Amino acid sequence: MTRNADAPRPAIARGRPMSARLGAGATLAAVLLAASGGLVTEARAQQVIADLSRHLVAITTGFAGAEVLLFGAVDGEGDVIVTVRGPEGDVVVRRKSQVNGMWINTQSVTFGTVPGYYAVASTKPLDEIITGPVAEREQIGSERLRFEPERNIPPDRIALFRSALLRNMERDGLYQPRTSTIRFLGQRLFRADIVFPANVPTGLYTVNVYLVKGGQVVNATTTPLSVSKIGLSAEIYDFAQNRSLTYGFIAVAFAGFAGWAASRVFQRG
Amino acid sequence: MQIYLPIAEVSVDAFLLLGLGAVVGFLGGLFGVGGGFLMTPALILIGIPPAVAVASGANQIVASSISGAVSQWRKGNVDVTMGVVLLVAGVLGTGAGVLLFRVLQQSGHIDIVVQLSYVLLLGIVGAMMGLESLRALWRRRRGGKSQGRLHQHFWVHRWPLRMRFRRSKLYISAIPPAAIGFIVGVLTAIMGIGGGFIMVPAMIYLFGMPTLTVVGTSQFQIVFVTAVSTLLLAATTHTVDVVLAILLIIGGVFGTQIGTRAGQLLRGEYLRGLLAAMVLAMSVKLAYDLIATPLDLFSIAIGR
Repeated sequence: MTRNADAPRPAIARGRPMSARLGAGATLAAVLLAASGGLVTEARAQQVIADLSRHLVAITTGFAGAEVLLFGAVDGEGDVIVTVRGPEGDVVVRRKSQVNGMWINTQSVTFGTVPGYYAVASTKPLDEIITGPVAEREQIGSERLRFEPERNIPPDRIALFRSALLRNMERDGLYQPRTSTIRFLGQRLFRADIVFPANVPTGLYTVNVYLVKGGQVVNATTTPLSVSKIGLSAEIYDFAQNRSLTYGFIAVAFAGFAGWAASRVFQRG
Repeated sequence: MQIYLPIAEVSVDAFLLLGLGAVVGFLGGLFGVGGGFLMTPALILIGIPPAVAVASGANQIVASSISGAVSQWRKGNVDVTMGVVLLVAGVLGTGAGVLLFRVLQQSGHIDIVVQLSYVLLLGIVGAMMGLESLRALWRRRRGGKSQGRLHQHFWVHRWPLRMRFRRSKLYISAIPPAAIGFIVGVLTAIMGIGGGFIMVPAMIYLFGMPTLTVVGTSQFQIVFVTAVSTLLLAATTHTVDVVLAILLIIGGVFGTQIGTRAGQLLRGEYLRGLLAAMVLAMSVKLAYDLIATPLDLFSIAIGR
């Protein structure tokens, strides 16, 4: 699917500087303020504000997946949709076919701008609260993500490989197949849990929060989230990348020493 | 206890890795092989990316084979001349293998090449060893004595570039050992194996080396080729995961020692028969995977 020049601009421009340097505490205070009295509201604007329980998912040695709480408030009536997009990259989709009785990769299509992670949450099922064109424009729902396939590939093949890409990402837990539910606490406060599996890619994530009404997006906000390796696992990774030969020597030396030491110990015993 | 592997970028149960190291180490100690041909497929099965499985597997074999190599060295079972010939060719082969690995990885054919290589090698080697040990058992049952000459003279004994391998009491061409060493080097880099299960039968059946020096020399060679392989893979593809390797090594050193002891209780023919059965079973399993219809015909490779 290609982008039309005259298509409406997304409500949230990607890569915009984020206003999330505010501490979670300050934002929480703002949320409560907005929810309790409507002191800060303007009469005509319907607003949604949201923040995360933390903006950093730290991949440490004991990392086995993580959960991040998203909380926020709406000013006025409406439903809320949250999307979480991971860092974009290229993905090669390969198809096997039977050659001389064996299954061998024979065809491949490379897609660009594929988010490494994608999840959606909403207060009601998506098709009940948002129109198709709007969902399409905002790329809400994994099946509406816009990937850029390599050129000169027939459309039917692109469709086939695209659906295979989505299926594989879902199987790996990187795309969440179902829309999870956002719960309202009272009239205005809402919360949603964002779940990250252990194989979550590192990088900068974008969390988009939409306030929808009558099938249209009336307000939206963006907050960043960083997934990165921290501590020992980060140090090992950096060491392996930046000083790879030394890393290799240490790996070999350790293995050699461990094996030799063990044989000495067992010889005596 | 889940542990996050920094290079593989997956979270795996640490005890599963320790156990896997112990089991493979036991089998390695029992049969005098590195066990890499079991380790690499097992790691891939539990979700480690193949490239990381190969490189970290090679790293683990350094540890599992060094204890064996040291004790063989003490007993004087290493033919150093043979070892050096194998080693020089092996290092060249490893370099070629690392290049080949990268080319195949980019073209998307690495999985099929690795799998097919396993099927062919394990099938041929397993069948050869199985037949040989059956013949030996049958001979023993008949009570016949087969020992005539020191070893049979094959075509390899007539090639040029002859060298004297004193410890093995051989005077043969250096070309076949160099060729085998090179092939093993390539396979170490692309399959994460030490290559003992190729070298051992090649030394016995092609070169006619006495069984005693075969195990010692092959372990000597495996230590160095896997060390070079680990270094090259760490430097070029950054796929050696030390956390993964350390867990496998800890499990492995214990398994190897127990396996070595158990191996002394069993007779050689039975041992080789058992190894042949295991190698054949692995080959059949991998062959089945190649021809069975995959659950999903499509697969993805996420770039960085």
